[in-house]
Amino acid sequence: MTNADYAAVIGLEVHCQLGTRTKLFCGCRNTFGEPPNTHVCPVCSGQPGALPVLNEAAVRLAVRAALAVEGTIRATSDFDRKNYFYCDLPKGYQITQFDAPYCQGGGVRLASGRTVRLRRIHLEEDAGKAIHDRGDATLVDLNRAGVPLIEAVTEADLQTADEAHEFLTALKEMLRFAGVSDCDMEKGSLRCDVNVSLHRPGEPWGTKVELKNLNSFRFVRDSLEHEIARQSGLLERGAGHEIRQETRLWDADRAETRVMRSKEDADDYRYFPEPDLPALVIPATLIEAERAALPELPAAKRARYTETLGLSAYDADLLSSDPVVAHLFEAALETAASPKSLANLIANEVVPALAEPAVRARAEHGHPVAPADLARVTREVESGAIHANGGRRVLELLVRGDERDVDRILQEEHLLLVTDEAALERWCRQALVGREDVAREVRAGKTKAIGALMGAVMKASHGQAAPERVRALLQRMIDESEA
Amino acid sequence: MSLSQLARALADGTRSARSTVQATLASCERANPRLAAFQALAATDALACAERLDAALAAGAEPGPLAGVPFATKANLCIAERETNCGSALLAGYRPPYTATAVERLVAAGAIPIGTTNMDEFGMGSSGENTCYGIARNPWDLGRTPGGSSSGSAVSVAAGLVPFALGSDTGGSVRQPAALSGVFGLKPSYGAVSRYGLVAFASSLDVVGVLAAEATDLATLLAVLAGPDPLDATTVRIEGPGNEADRELDGLVVGVARETFGPGLDPRVEARTNEALAALERAGCVLREVSLPLAGQAVPIYYVIATGEASSNLARYDGVRYGRRVQGDDPSLDAMFEATRAAGFGDEVKRRILLGTYVLSAGYAQHWYTKALRARRRLVHEFDAAFREVDVLLGPTTPTPAFHLGERVDDPLAMYACDHLTVPASLAGLPAVSAPVGTVDDPAGGATLPVGLQWVGPRGSDARLCALVAAADRLGAPFTSALAPEVSA
Ligand SMILES: [Zn+2]
Repeated sequence: MTNADYAAVIGLEVHCQLGTRTKLFCGCRNTFGEPPNTHVCPVCSGQPGALPVLNEAAVRLAVRAALAVEGTIRATSDFDRKNYFYCDLPKGYQITQFDAPYCQGGGVRLASGRTVRLRRIHLEEDAGKAIHDRGDATLVDLNRAGVPLIEAVTEADLQTADEAHEFLTALKEMLRFAGVSDCDMEKGSLRCDVNVSLHRPGEPWGTKVELKNLNSFRFVRDSLEHEIARQSGLLERGAGHEIRQETRLWDADRAETRVMRSKEDADDYRYFPEPDLPALVIPATLIEAERAALPELPAAKRARYTETLGLSAYDADLLSSDPVVAHLFEAALETAASPKSLANLIANEVVPALAEPAVRARAEHGHPVAPADLARVTREVESGAIHANGGRRVLELLVRGDERDVDRILQEEHLLLVTDEAALERWCRQALVGREDVAREVRAGKTKAIGALMGAVMKASHGQAAPERVRALLQRMIDESEA
Repeated sequence: MSLSQLARALADGTRSARSTVQATLASCERANPRLAAFQALAATDALACAERLDAALAAGAEPGPLAGVPFATKANLCIAERETNCGSALLAGYRPPYTATAVERLVAAGAIPIGTTNMDEFGMGSSGENTCYGIARNPWDLGRTPGGSSSGSAVSVAAGLVPFALGSDTGGSVRQPAALSGVFGLKPSYGAVSRYGLVAFASSLDVVGVLAAEATDLATLLAVLAGPDPLDATTVRIEGPGNEADRELDGLVVGVARETFGPGLDPRVEARTNEALAALERAGCVLREVSLPLAGQAVPIYYVIATGEASSNLARYDGVRYGRRVQGDDPSLDAMFEATRAAGFGDEVKRRILLGTYVLSAGYAQHWYTKALRARRRLVHEFDAAFREVDVLLGPTTPTPAFHLGERVDDPLAMYACDHLTVPASLAGLPAVSAPVGTVDDPAGGATLPVGLQWVGPRGSDARLCALVAAADRLGAPFTSALAPEVSA
């Protein structure tokens, strides 16, 4: 038997930190990367007698997430306590939603046209962070304790590792465009657990294994591929090689999963209704306000970019995969030379630069480059005032925070092309001196040979001669010299 | 001196806050070795607070309604930088970084906290004996319990040391000690007074309450303490005291639930209760019998819900962030949790955590916790139905007068049973007051012991209930409140 005989049944649990200014139940700042325990108070450090008070901004973002995936929002839902002991859990319980989550249903459409259904989304608080790699002691940082989270749980609708990857990418894009979260896996603002089992089509589902420690979408895909292979290997070997219901950790270095705990060790979380908080009531007015404020989501953008603007599917995908990029594109569109030239410039210069932390950090507070400057560069290239490479050079500088205005950059970087006829003629005449051989070839129809002369002109002009003009001029001079 | 007398003396300048606090501290120091009401007196802070108040008044500031009135706080109410140990060894030396809203409101009204009182650990107990800090004694008979868990707070008032004290009431922890010590005890409606800074025992039942020497003080204190708090999402605004007619006994319909007169009720307590009811009838009250069948099941319902919540509320005492940490030979985190909690919690707290963990466990929660929540909702409906017929419900606060220290410590069920008259109002979140209705003589020892009458009103009717208790108090005998003879003599 081969792997192909078994079908995988995959479900995901996605945790996403909400991008609120403050935490879920207290006024502490919701931050990342600050010195340990500098954003804590009696509530989020679990001091005796302190009580939670719900942050309405978190409810708004949670509602927005529900609207983005078209889930059904409950008018009234409840908070529950999930009880367990760990050093990063200050109260000894997590406030979450168990029986009555605020959102049910909804889904995410894949490129294949299939929809991955969501079972539920609930609102909960994050735990702190336990740090184990500083000598013998375990250190605890509570800056993250109480940060608002939503947890989205899918139905077991996914069938392959690639589908899981595609689903996560799509969900992440939706949440980022909706302004729910930055979904940065490196900062832990997006986290994912996976459930996977195998079965033969038509037969009942097999034993479910949970995978954890998946810190990137690539890990999700790799671990699923590995786990599907491991499980089908066990199934092929038959009796004595049962798949156990357990939680396994992905070890990216060894590219394999290993057992974290078996089902027998599973915690009993002793859920019960949180008595410190009243029911979560989400008024219809709040839902409608969020619906009205919901930005255009990636799928709609993609369709608009291809159908209305005539961009390629590739360009449309690229522009609609990152809200920073899409917002920049749309802000520059009206005054740009054309959608295509704008898309090219963004694809070549802005998208790669956003991978740099400094550029990304600037983009958090607005556009990475002024849209008007970007549009102007496309126009200057279009009119022939600057070379395409010169345009890219201007963008390269602007995106990295060059504070000079576009005019000064063009001047000081010698990017403006020389279009003055007299100067161009002088350079061309010099280039033709002693190159009767080339002129002959051109006259004989080998127009490519003109490149050698152009090189000389560009060298003489320090690259500032407008190339199309030079080409036309050289052709004319060769033609005329014959006569 | 009573609360109102003290506040008036300060306002008209016949007495300074400093001299009041000084005198109070001196009498507390004298009495405490015998009574063990206080865990600790905050002399320096209290005097500084009094001096600030005197200076402000001298500068022309308007005196608050409680200006210069010293009061005691139960050791489970946080005061910034002051040891708040909840009677537990685990929290020995714990100084919270913030102050409870209830304490803050009293201080803002001019009152001066002078010390923290002894209590059953985390409020779990009915005799004040579950603590490692000091077992408060009943000033009416030093061999007996003052009740619990607000034992020291009740004693501080009963012995005339302070005009009032803050306590907390989860299943009767203000009303029962008020009854056994002969003072007034108010358990407000659930949510009427902020719980922010009250260390949680059972969050859906806990309320901050007051113990006071005089009936009229309850309304004064309630007005200062009650009101929504942005730091406690469960707070609500309660009704005002109503019009003149609502505060009169004439025409008041008084419900008496036969269930509260069941077996186990001491005949002497029953006699005092009936005398009080007869006096009210003479004053124009209409007595009506009502039925609250589930009230008879209140103790098991209460212990399932309260212990379930407690097992979760007390999970934070893990030795990680505060309190005493114990690490045995095993360096693991789980071993530290176990050692810390094994060493830090007393037997009664452990018993309730075990019970509470059990009733919430997978497979058992349906039979215990969920069922208890259902029964609780039905009990609320029973009360709702009763209050469509009557204005208030009256009955004894406790089945017996104060019992001897040591008498029930080894019998938890007997100890739990003495809550059965107070827990129904807790489960339904209703306001309740225990008011003194005379005393009984102990045939064996010759001691004279106070008896309490419990008034229960509809949710939110706290102010009216306090006014009615004060109106009854004006009738005189048997509504007599007297300080314990041992001290007032
Ligand atoms: Zn905080």
